[in-house]
Amino acid sequence: MIGIIDYDIGNVGSVANALRKLDVSFIVSRDSNVLDKADALILPGVGSANGGMENLYKLKLTEFIKNEILNGKPIIGICLGMQILFDSSEEGNTKCLGILKGKVKKFKKEKKIPQIGWNQVIIQQYNNVAMKQFNNKFFYFVNSYYCIPEDKSIVVGSTKYGEEFTSIIQYKNIFATQFHPEKSGQIGLQFLRNIINKWTEDTSEVAQRDSSDGGGIGKK
Amino acid sequence: MVEESGKNNMLTKRIIPCLDMTEGKVVKGIQFVSFRDAGDPVKLAEIYDKQDADELVFLDITATVENRNILLDIVKKTARKVTIPFSVGGGIRTVEDMRLILKNGADKVSLNTGAFKNPNLIRDCANQFGNQCVVLSMDVKKIKNSWNVFINGGRTDTGIDAISWAKKAVSLGAGEILLTSIDRDGTKKGFDTSLTRLISANVTVPVIASGGAGRLEDFLNVLTEGQADAALAASLFHFKELTIKDVKDYLFKKKIPIRLV
Repeated sequence: MIGIIDYDIGNVGSVANALRKLDVSFIVSRDSNVLDKADALILPGVGSANGGMENLYKLKLTEFIKNEILNGKPIIGICLGMQILFDSSEEGNTKCLGILKGKVKKFKKEKKIPQIGWNQVIIQQYNNVAMKQFNNKFFYFVNSYYCIPEDKSIVVGSTKYGEEFTSIIQYKNIFATQFHPEKSGQIGLQFLRNIINKWTEDTSEVAQRDSSDGGGIGKK
Repeated sequence: MVEESGKNNMLTKRIIPCLDMTEGKVVKGIQFVSFRDAGDPVKLAEIYDKQDADELVFLDITATVENRNILLDIVKKTARKVTIPFSVGGGIRTVEDMRLILKNGADKVSLNTGAFKNPNLIRDCANQFGNQCVVLSMDVKKIKNSWNVFINGGRTDTGIDAISWAKKAVSLGAGEILLTSIDRDGTKKGFDTSLTRLISANVTVPVIASGGAGRLEDFLNVLTEGQADAALAASLFHFKELTIKDVKDYLFKKKIPIRLV
């Protein structure tokens, strides 16, 4: 069962609808005692980093999410849910969850902001999730900000919007996308199915706060 | 001008079918298509989803309080069926109106008269749900030498200049503009490319052009000369005069960045 973290920040319903279409069992909750029982978590989100973090603090979910990840539970971050896994965001100068090392930056002004629409993903590495089939496929993006991971080895996919930015990351039990697979047509559903069915079951590595492999988690 | 022709690795232009509804039925002659499916927005939405529309727009053109529940029900049913983003507009006056629509599964909400009468609604909605959720829908008509914003379903001339209203709305937090030319709406004479270019050049957010689509070339013109980020059409698609695929294949051949599945 998948636990969708409901922190009043947008597209929880869209994620739930996508899982319904995939026939995956899920619960939507903001209660850590309920989410604790899920086999994997989805951290969705549209909206602002400051608003998102504020809500997570209010709901007392920040420590819960960090601990769940450190205890090995697979987590899927989507859009804002990817961004707030990093140290900080330029958006409202927000201190984020700091689970992954890196920053979140705004797109340069010469492009229309937000980026809204379908853009392609260039797969950078073919790891255990069979990502190859998604190379050059279109996914739906809505973002003004993007993640800059300190550790480039976690970058699985990138996308061009003026500059090239990171659109998929994977680090041990953390998987995240800047685009919205739940709003990306059949290919998006296939992508989600792949992550949920394969990756969450296959992943056995656990992100460590003090990992010495150059990974990304936390502060040393 | 095509900013960078080519098909690879860039944000694509969106082709968006629009469903104008009243009392829960799609209007604009959709009744002529087939009696059984006629006017059912959920079924039409599903068809467009399968045809690889890039997005859907629902506009409740009568938007009375009485039919709000019908609309919410349609939004909910549509959200369960389609796999692409959709926005909903019509009669939204408060943050609570918007919350209900999003809660039922819409991805964005478009504000028109409600935002004009109370511009802070844009700011409040954007603060609450993020700029990307708030679409400013503006209906514009040329009056002598100026472009005026009309409200109340295109019935009332506000006398306000379209560029200044667009800029103000963006500064308040609108993340996108749905721009309809009243002069061209339903005429099939082509989008108003000069109006679209004027607005697009003056705002930092994406612009969806609407009103006047009739031929394949119209889409090309508004996405190049008109500098639109997306093009919207209604009856053209409902009547099957052109399919979404016809439009996308044509644009792709013309080297416009387009998503082909």
